Amino acid sequence: MKKFFAQAYLWILLILLYAPIAFIAIYSFTEAKAFGSWTGFSGKLYTNLLTGNITGGHGLVQAIENTLLIALISASVSMILGTVSAIGIFHLRGRKRKTLQFLNSIPMINPDVITGVSLFLLFVFLGFSQGYMTVILAHITFCTPYVVLSVLPRLGQLNPNIYEAALDLGATPSQALWKVLVPQLRPGMLTGFILAFTMSLDDFAVTFFTRGTIGLETLSTFIYADARRGGLTPELRPLMTLIFIIILVVLGLINTRQGKADQQNHINL
Amino acid sequence: MTGRENIIIDIEHVSKSFGGNQVLKDISLYIRKGEFVTLLGPSGCGKTTLLRLLAGFLQPDEGKIMMEWEGKGGKADFRDVAGIPPHLRPLNTVFQRYALFPHLDVYDNIAFGLKLKGVPKDEIETRVKKVLKLVSMSDYEDRDVDSLSGGQQQRVAIARAIINQPKVLLLDEPLAALDLKMRQDMQIELKEMHQKLGITFIYVTHDQGEALTLSDTIVVMNEGKIQQIGTPTDIYNEPVNSFVADFIGESNILNGTMIRDREVNFIGHDFPCVDEGFGENVPVDVVIRPEDVVIGVSIDGAQFTGKVKSCAFKGVHYEMYVDTDSGNELQIQDYDAYEPGTAVEMKINPDDIQVMRKERTENVLECEIIDENHIEMLGEEFECSSIPSGADGPAKAHIKFSKVDLWDHVEDGVTTGEVWFILYKGDHYHLTVKTESGEFIYVDTDDIWDKGDLVGVSIQPGDIIVEAGNGQEK
Repeated sequence: MKKFFAQAYLWILLILLYAPIAFIAIYSFTEAKAFGSWTGFSGKLYTNLLTGNITGGHGLVQAIENTLLIALISASVSMILGTVSAIGIFHLRGRKRKTLQFLNSIPMINPDVITGVSLFLLFVFLGFSQGYMTVILAHITFCTPYVVLSVLPRLGQLNPNIYEAALDLGATPSQALWKVLVPQLRPGMLTGFILAFTMSLDDFAVTFFTRGTIGLETLSTFIYADARRGGLTPELRPLMTLIFIIILVVLGLINTRQGKADQQNHINL
Repeated sequence: MTGRENIIIDIEHVSKSFGGNQVLKDISLYIRKGEFVTLLGPSGCGKTTLLRLLAGFLQPDEGKIMMEWEGKGGKADFRDVAGIPPHLRPLNTVFQRYALFPHLDVYDNIAFGLKLKGVPKDEIETRVKKVLKLVSMSDYEDRDVDSLSGGQQQRVAIARAIINQPKVLLLDEPLAALDLKMRQDMQIELKEMHQKLGITFIYVTHDQGEALTLSDTIVVMNEGKIQQIGTPTDIYNEPVNSFVADFIGESNILNGTMIRDREVNFIGHDFPCVDEGFGENVPVDVVIRPEDVVIGVSIDGAQFTGKVKSCAFKGVHYEMYVDTDSGNELQIQDYDAYEPGTAVEMKINPDDIQVMRKERTENVLECEIIDENHIEMLGEEFECSSIPSGADGPAKAHIKFSKVDLWDHVEDGVTTGEVWFILYKGDHYHLTVKTESGEFIYVDTDDIWDKGDLVGVSIQPGDIIVEAGNGQEK
């Protein structure tokens, strides 16, 4: 009996968690404008989405493009900045290192609204005209700490002498960095990049405050505005379903690769 | 030693500190071309720091390092290498934990240096093949370095260094991570490699056996200073002080008195010896190697007697501990066994007695007089009853080795220390204790302590003799 309740609890929890996504996925296969009514099975929303043939939905395609572009640029810049910072932090000693690691964790804990408002004020103060540039700068700001966090443990696993070994064999400091350190840190950098990419992808608050008045929309701000204009654009349903599935697949791939790598390490030990 | 010709590296008065802790103190040393030089010492003696200074990973605080440099037109000259980064120095290093690049296979690891120099591909290939053969690792080119054993990784690390044809090869405890059998095999191979290549090897180790086997010259280091430089036989037969005697091989180190030239007293007896020039009635340290004591139930010309305390078989010889008639304990090695309890006679040939000047006869510490019965010393306040009236400011405190008290509970002492080094002197222990302030205090005691023990240190107020220093001399 006890076991039954434990099982039931788990299932109820899972259903509550995943039902909303399941609903969206199911209703992405019907043409009804209003969410929740079923007008028969159809893949039309998917064809609309993929061909860009969306009623009054030029904005949506634009928003998707913006989102991907911003995520790509800020994740790339964060990856470089974060890796360099991690190497710097790693080579500090004692108090300095602890302080910097603490400072690095603040942007991650800080509520997005506060990050957004403070960046907004900063940009106004500096007289930046807000738009693409400011949104990307803001995203880099809150993404970099995640890269630092995923690169630091890799550095800890490195043989401390390999950088010196490269110098000893005639590599200049920058050659040693590119030919020896970076290949070793690559997995951590990749994890950091993916984290940064997804953080940027679904950010709303910070983008909202830093995008200015030029009408720049990302997916999150577009959906927000769209929902207030009177109902969601139906094509958003297949879009969300697709994003969810892509993330699921990527996650699955990473997990199985990680599992294999762990197993291999185990054998080597 | 021959003169200063053929020198490839000259280290002049080099000092180095890390955060106020002086690791190297005024090191001067020259290294000749083609020599196998070993820097030998316990961990923390500064030997690795010295190696890193040569490689260019660290810069000296004081002093300079001169190296032979291939000038224009192949003419060699000598230059100060201060500020020259590691990648431009004409030497290569074999690191302690190999430091192979895990993302490259054996071939690419070894070819790393040549590729950076832009050596043509086919030349790289022939040279890699050649060094692989030299380190007996042919056919391993395509292997992942992680899939190799420790010994194999070490060979790859050596190959990776020597392929660049350095003038000097630095080796930082290269065999420390290998098991005993492997280590012995690699020692022979290293020696052969040194002969084949004809380049200078500078080898760092804490293993005295390794140093004696491999080296042309051994540099014994302790506490950031060079203790002795010499050939393995010199260092073994004529250690200059008790540290070297104790660190290299087994030895009996005893307190003695030089009565006059060619006569020394220790363990309660007078012995003829070959040493001269110490003066009369001067306290000295005497070193007797265990194999140099002649032992038997009844021998011609016996100098003293004793009773065997223990006897153990060590493969070729027996190792015995003998209590002498004067109550000292001697370690003796002989091919014949004498059962515990046997009364024995012993003698020592004059040639086998090594007499050394004592490095110190008492503790002399810098202190600061606070008031008429307190001084500040070792970073703490000590009570003291012998301060000359009217003295103040910096002074020197003299404390006999036997008057320093050590306590199990650190709270019982005025300050705390760590037992740094232990010397058995036949009837008592001579300890070096590193105090919290980083200074050393030397203690004679009958109690048994272990290296690394944390102890409380205190001194009776009457046992500190303060000599007012006027703050003039250092």
